[in-house]
Amino acid sequence: MASKVIHAIYTDDDLLLQAVKQVRNARYHISEIYSPFPVHGLDKAMGLEPTRLAIASFIYGVIGLIVSIIMMNYMMIEDWPQNIGGKPSFSFVQNSPAFVPIIFELTVFFAAHLMVITFYMRSKLWPYKAAENPDVRTTDDHFLMEIDVASHSVEELSKFLYDTGALEIKLIEN
Amino acid sequence: MVVGAIGLVYGFIAAPDTIEDVKEMMAADAHDGPEEVAVLENDAHLANPEPTEGHDATVGEAGHDNEHYEHILHQLQNKPWAAVYIAAFFFFMIALGTMAFYALQQASQAGWSPVLFRVMDGITAYLLPGSIIMFILLALSGFHFNHLFTWMDPEVVAHDELIQNKTAYLNVPFLLIRAAIYIAGWNIFRYLIRRNSLRLDEATDDRLHKTNFKLAAGFLVFFLVTESMMSWDWIMSVDPHWFSTLFGWYVFSSLIVSAVTMIALVSIYLKSRGYLEYVNDSHIHDLAKYMFGFSIFWAYLWFSQYMLIWYSNIPEEVTYFITRIEDYNLPFFGMVVLNFVFPVLLLMNSDYKRINLFVIISGIIILCGHYLDIFVMIMPATVGESWFIGIPEISALLLFSGLFVFVVFRGLTKAPLLPKRNPFIEESKHFHY
Repeated sequence: MASKVIHAIYTDDDLLLQAVKQVRNARYHISEIYSPFPVHGLDKAMGLEPTRLAIASFIYGVIGLIVSIIMMNYMMIEDWPQNIGGKPSFSFVQNSPAFVPIIFELTVFFAAHLMVITFYMRSKLWPYKAAENPDVRTTDDHFLMEIDVASHSVEELSKFLYDTGALEIKLIEN
Repeated sequence: MVVGAIGLVYGFIAAPDTIEDVKEMMAADAHDGPEEVAVLENDAHLANPEPTEGHDATVGEAGHDNEHYEHILHQLQNKPWAAVYIAAFFFFMIALGTMAFYALQQASQAGWSPVLFRVMDGITAYLLPGSIIMFILLALSGFHFNHLFTWMDPEVVAHDELIQNKTAYLNVPFLLIRAAIYIAGWNIFRYLIRRNSLRLDEATDDRLHKTNFKLAAGFLVFFLVTESMMSWDWIMSVDPHWFSTLFGWYVFSSLIVSAVTMIALVSIYLKSRGYLEYVNDSHIHDLAKYMFGFSIFWAYLWFSQYMLIWYSNIPEEVTYFITRIEDYNLPFFGMVVLNFVFPVLLLMNSDYKRINLFVIISGIIILCGHYLDIFVMIMPATVGESWFIGIPEISALLLFSGLFVFVVFRGLTKAPLLPKRNPFIEESKHFHY
């Protein structure tokens, strides 16, 4: 089924924020906004849910912590507890200060890298990915708001968008 | 103005309460304190005049159960003095740390904190009484009223070549002169910055703001040098055989994190009473971030100092930690949990940093932890294994916390709680994160 969307282009981020608020108040559905740079407060204005990336990162950090502890406990204490320079290898706790730098680094490593990979996966980013850019100017100095037409009247919607300060309004059928 | 007037009224309501608490505490303590000291002084002459680690404990071990109470008194030669010293230093260091944080905010031209400047000003009001008390305590040690510092005892020095080699630095007159210089410097900077900040409210141009900026930068340079030397003089020298290069930083981290915590607690309290109109949860969030970050910074320095010495295990350095781990196991490792694990887990979540309850809980944990930190720095060298957090420690803590609260809240009443003409005040009022 062919769906129609309207692309409204703005040139000012303040105007865009105002427009987003008006569009949401009028109960039109914004499907996407393209912006050349992060606009402060845009996610709040759009009503997007806060990211859970930090929680994921915390969990990855805990995993890294556990991995490093298990690894060193197995290697240094259980598998072959040598006497290396008089360090007490009888139990993990006794030798733990020497392990802390590695524990710390692996925690950070896991937290950082897995979080970044999660970010790439969730936002579908990878090399050779085809760019999904509806208008090249949005990477430079224009802002584009994509609105579902759904069952609204195109006339009315474009009039409304024109009043919010849109510079260009395009009807896209796909 | 209104805020200031209400604050004034409030200050007078709050002040007597705490002072009465303190007086009660002092009265309760007065029975123990002098007796103990008297007995202990005698003991010092009879027994070994060298109350170093574990030494007096072995002297005490000869006695037996029947006279258990007296026996403990023997061991606790330095206990009340050390308790007072620790509590005095703890609150003094909060005021000094607040001054450093305040100067940092001024020098870095922070846009979020000017609405909190008067709160910091109020806390630094304790700097003058606190530092004078510290100076008096040092002078009392210098005049042999106690044995907190072994190197002040001429008999000990006569038999101790290691200390003899350090007498060029570690001698009483020079120590007191140094202390006087630090104290004078900190207080003059504090006085000038405060005075300029008050005058700026009435001024017509921002010239005084620039003066304060320069003063704050000057203070930071002076502070960095003197804080480091202060930590050698006032804390590290209780263990005159031991030295550590990052000790000054370590003391600094303890000092700045408790100061930020205190700023947060006082701000939350004043806010809850409606005296800080423009402080919102973003300001608290920022302070909580500093608490979180400096807690980690403290843990980093604590661990760096500990691990380097543990790893290389050089006898002359490692005794410091051996006495602490053997005799002070719970406070020594407990404070790491209090100062690092709890703040990290409590304050990691961005939403929790905005909830006053969480900030207060972790603030109290941090303050307890840093009291223990100072406790573990001073106690092993002064009372050895006969430490206990009992009446002298708690009452000294209550005495100085009462004095601290009194001076701070009286300081808060002296000026309106919102600076009027600070160039960043508008930004700060609308600060949100």
